[in-house]
Amino acid sequence: MSAINSAHSVVEPSPTSKHIAGAIVILYALITMVPLAWIFLTSIKSPPDSISYPPKVLFSPTLEGYCNLFTTRTRQTPDYIAALPAPTSTCDEVTRKRNMVIAGPSNFLPRFVNSLVIAFGSTFLAVFLGTLAAYGFSRFKVPLADDLLFFILSTRMMPPIAVAIPIFLMYRELGLSDTALGMILLYTAVNVSLAVWLLKGFIDEIPREYEEAAMIDGYTRLQAFWKVVLPQATTGIAATAIFCLIFAWNEYAFAALLTSGSAQTAPPFIPTIIGEGGQDWPAVAAGTTIFLVPILVFTILLRKQLLRGITFGAVRK
Amino acid sequence: MAEIRIENLRKQFADFTAVQDSSFTVGDGEFLALLGPSGCGKTTTLRMIAGLELPTSGKIYLDGEDVTFNRASARDIAFVFQLFALYPHMNVRKNIGFPLLSQGLPKAEIKARVEETAKLLQISHILEKSVSGLAGGDRQRVALGRAIVRRPKCFLMDEPLGTLDAEFREVMVHELRELHNRIHATTVYVTHDQHEAMAMADKIAVMNHGIIEQFGTPQEIYNLPASMYVADFIGSPPMNFLKFTAGVQRGSRTVSVEGVEIALPEVHQDIAVGELALGVRPEHIRFNDSSALRGSVYGAEYLGTNQIVAVETGKGLLKARVPADHTFRIGETVGLELDSEKLSLFDCASGRAVKSSLYTEARHG
Repeated sequence: MSAINSAHSVVEPSPTSKHIAGAIVILYALITMVPLAWIFLTSIKSPPDSISYPPKVLFSPTLEGYCNLFTTRTRQTPDYIAALPAPTSTCDEVTRKRNMVIAGPSNFLPRFVNSLVIAFGSTFLAVFLGTLAAYGFSRFKVPLADDLLFFILSTRMMPPIAVAIPIFLMYRELGLSDTALGMILLYTAVNVSLAVWLLKGFIDEIPREYEEAAMIDGYTRLQAFWKVVLPQATTGIAATAIFCLIFAWNEYAFAALLTSGSAQTAPPFIPTIIGEGGQDWPAVAAGTTIFLVPILVFTILLRKQLLRGITFGAVRK
Repeated sequence: MAEIRIENLRKQFADFTAVQDSSFTVGDGEFLALLGPSGCGKTTTLRMIAGLELPTSGKIYLDGEDVTFNRASARDIAFVFQLFALYPHMNVRKNIGFPLLSQGLPKAEIKARVEETAKLLQISHILEKSVSGLAGGDRQRVALGRAIVRRPKCFLMDEPLGTLDAEFREVMVHELRELHNRIHATTVYVTHDQHEAMAMADKIAVMNHGIIEQFGTPQEIYNLPASMYVADFIGSPPMNFLKFTAGVQRGSRTVSVEGVEIALPEVHQDIAVGELALGVRPEHIRFNDSSALRGSVYGAEYLGTNQIVAVETGKGLLKARVPADHTFRIGETVGLELDSEKLSLFDCASGRAVKSSLYTEARHG
């Protein structure tokens, strides 16, 4: 009995090697998470703590960074502040300690909302158009299919920023400068080539028999696509959506160039915080921390689809 | 249930003709096997009947209605794919119910019919299971269930047993035929396996290079092969050919194979001098030392109840199926007697069988 238990299978890794692998993964995860942890810690430090040297690992946490991120403040005399009624919120209290009062909300929230609208909007459009195009290329005889696919790929061959000036001029003429629609269209255009190529690979892997079976079972091709192909392409669609979202969410250069006011996204906005009244690292770190959340949530929500892998379906190869 | 009628069906892929001017009729409730090697056009023919492929020319009638250019979904047929194509994101119940869902049937009726079908196929116990974990035979049954649940006009099956292992295949051949006997659905079954075709089909169409070489009952296909191709494709070992050069006249009852006179069914056709082949099934050869047709034993394959003895005759190797009780020495000279009632004669140039009393009597008698 013990002989059987201690025998090493070729397929099953031994407990020791599993432990070693686990340790390596955890160590790697810790190393990659150090910067993220540092950003988060900085966001809950007070401004003096954030720039103290040597860096403080133990400190009393404060929400000052977050208050500064979401508000604009004006400096007042201590007498003026003393004359004010009792503070109504934590932020009031924190701000007054620095001899300032809250003047109003900052632009962070609208910029953050812009980022959400533009990134998710362009991701949805790119994945939607990419799925349809990929299905078409995968299943139908498209005239000049190879040339078209190459053309689609070729849009990725030079860095997008190389066409920044033509796009800037074009957008100015079309009235798309500093509009959410303009940014959605731009990010969709950049992402759709990635989406087509990624999704074509995934859809090619789905055997045609499934759709044929569905069409024989009384469904139209569109229904077959919807009910049979899409559910099996979820893994690919989820992976593609994450790639598109990360690009659109993080994009800085076009956002800095084409948006300045009402459509500005978070990436060009966050660095501007630093200039408002000294180097306010906690506020910048707070902005960065909040900026990380949507991608984190989106990836966690889709992890099941990502991890499920390609279907080990009833069709054998 | 319905009759399937195919008229001059043709399918051209670029410069490759997959199916050439095929015509045949599958009667209501009949089981037709399309038999042939891979690439012979049998699957293409099936896919055209299903509506998954449009013919280049020709007509397809289902129950008398021209459906040549109808959508697959509008034909009311069921198709069992070689690889089953069970939807992996649905469980067994949903897979079987999927065709009913498209018809907009009420949920209760779908449930009842799925359960009735599952009972018929004895898969009630796996209804809630995921299809990806099923064994080959159960997948096969689920695929069949999805086909029969709708009670379609006909069933089309594309080598549905191709992926099963040999042992299990026999069980499924039996089950499929049993199912057919119970529901009497018009069926077209594509296979490259002559045993499957012989065991299940009412009619067999033997295909080669896009052409239907012969259409007939398994008995006709086996006993009266219309061409050398069919004679060679069916039977294991296949029909033996003794090739010789001669001409035959209408009414001849013998041919002379290199000096040996061999009696055969009365020829009903004049054939000019050319290369001919005498076709004889292995079981129609007997050993008879007084026979003029002689050869030396080349090898013997023992099969239990009988044995296959290969004899080199000088006109080619003949394989005879004889009782296993006699042991032959390799190199031993033997005399062979052919069952003159059962011989076929072929014109090697065209590959077609020469008309004789064997063929006409069996067909009309």
